Amino acid sequence: MTISQQRNSGAITVSGLRKSYGDKVVLDGVDLQVAQGTTFALLGPNGAGKTTMVQILSTLIGGDGGEARVGGHDVAREPDAVRDLIGVTGQFSAVDNLLTGQENLRLMADLRHLDRATGRRRIAGLLERFDLVEAAGKPVTTYSGGMRRRLDLAMTLVGDPRIIFLDEPTAGLDPRSRRTMWQIIRNLVAGGVTIFLTTQYLEEADQLADRVALLDHGRLIAQGTPAELKKLIPGGHISLQFTDAAELDAAAAALAATGRDDDALTLQVPSDGGVRSLRALLDQLDRAAVNVAGLTVHTPDLDDVFLALTGQPRELVSALDEKAALR
Amino acid sequence: MSSLSYAMRDSSTMLRRNLLHARRYPALTMVVLALPIVFLLLFVFVFGGTLGAGIGGVSGGRAEYANYVTPGILMLAVTGAAQGTAISVAMDMAEGIIARFRTMAIFRPSVLTGHVLGSLIQTMAGLVVVVGVALLVGFRPTADVLEWIAAAGVLAMVTFAIVWLSVACGLVTKSVEAASNLPMPLMLLPFLGSGFVPTDSMPKAMQVVAEYQPFTPIMETLRGLLLGTAIGNNAIISVAWCTGLALVGFLWSRKLYSRDPIR
Repeated sequence: MTISQQRNSGAITVSGLRKSYGDKVVLDGVDLQVAQGTTFALLGPNGAGKTTMVQILSTLIGGDGGEARVGGHDVAREPDAVRDLIGVTGQFSAVDNLLTGQENLRLMADLRHLDRATGRRRIAGLLERFDLVEAAGKPVTTYSGGMRRRLDLAMTLVGDPRIIFLDEPTAGLDPRSRRTMWQIIRNLVAGGVTIFLTTQYLEEADQLADRVALLDHGRLIAQGTPAELKKLIPGGHISLQFTDAAELDAAAAALAATGRDDDALTLQVPSDGGVRSLRALLDQLDRAAVNVAGLTVHTPDLDDVFLALTGQPRELVSALDEKAALR
Repeated sequence: MSSLSYAMRDSSTMLRRNLLHARRYPALTMVVLALPIVFLLLFVFVFGGTLGAGIGGVSGGRAEYANYVTPGILMLAVTGAAQGTAISVAMDMAEGIIARFRTMAIFRPSVLTGHVLGSLIQTMAGLVVVVGVALLVGFRPTADVLEWIAAAGVLAMVTFAIVWLSVACGLVTKSVEAASNLPMPLMLLPFLGSGFVPTDSMPKAMQVVAEYQPFTPIMETLRGLLLGTAIGNNAIISVAWCTGLALVGFLWSRKLYSRDPIR
């Protein structure tokens, strides 16, 4: 297969992929394509089959049916050709806990068959880039969760892989470490790497991915760009709480509300939850001289997406398929 | 590089990993080493006087028994090492890094060969210590340099075979506890053979077991090399047993390791 053909067929091509453990169907005929140099996010709740998907694509386990090609190679028939191209960082840390950070990286350099000088240079570069220089000589058992995850990814990058699988790369990280990880991932994509990412967070998919697929009970229930997906879900809103019915009436007259609950004395106003729109809303309330007792911002999350999609999956999936065909 | 040199390079990388583990966490090695030494002291200083008289040498007694029991103690040390190997393999398989190795284009059995070679080196070093203690408590071998080398070769051969078996034990079990119990019966073999008393002092049925189990010919070969007793065809039988056990252990381990890891 020539390089241009590989490019045409995408960095990752999956068709009709199935996997069961005993009676439990984990992947139920999944089709997807990831173009080279793009970021693809597989979004789904716990137990949707995300990790199994990564395990099959990264040659860790075999599928039961269907076909999966990574970098143009069939994962079942040419696993070593696939392994040469990929790097994997799982949600469970894949570092050697009995070694130091430096020794872990050195282990990877040796297993990637780098010569000594290249290995040394790359390890020094990665330690620097991932802010692990100081911790390099310490055993991994002393690392924090964020450091461990960074080392994990650094180990993946020692071999300079062209396709990287990240299985929930920010699960369990604090917000700061999460942001650091996002920046690292963006830099990788800027370097031309193809990223296959799984996540439970809509925000993460939105931030990072060119295309997103929603996996639920082993089936893809929607696929598209983050913008396309967000159109499918109910927007965010602000919920206003009032102390009496008169205030509620006054606010309802002043605002374009979409929901109203006279018993709870609440009013729902559509909003993106941003500071600017929040200020505009408060200004409006001030002008109308309405007293607000409380305010909560509700942004759409994965729950909303799944609620929206699993209730009426067929139409939505086909609507998206049409869009995908037009692209 | 050819695939053979990749295999060598990956195996030596993994060996270095295992030796680093052993150096950093020596507790397991120490525990494994303590058992044969305790048994050596026990059998020489507590039971030695009586057992030595029973085996009837020229001089008899404790000194005679120290000579007699040392090959059995060495085999006990080998089986102790087997237990250590099974434990460390089982612990290793629970680590996330093994999944990473499986997604890398490396010589696949290198994870296992790293364990085998690492255990082999550790066990041989441990055996040197055990021989040292044996010399201190009255072991008086008659071997020349060549016979010492041959004895070391026999010990390396049997360790290699037993360690492959214990790698399989470490892979087949789901927990570290189970892995530590599985090679346990091996520890009985020196006792159920010619390790501690001559087989002809046992009841008839027991004698059959003792004479046809793998450790007896190996212990007799060691005894012959170190103390100048008759070896006969024990050397050949030992080589056959070790080759067979190593092959079974290797093929079984390879099969277990190439299964899909269970989630």
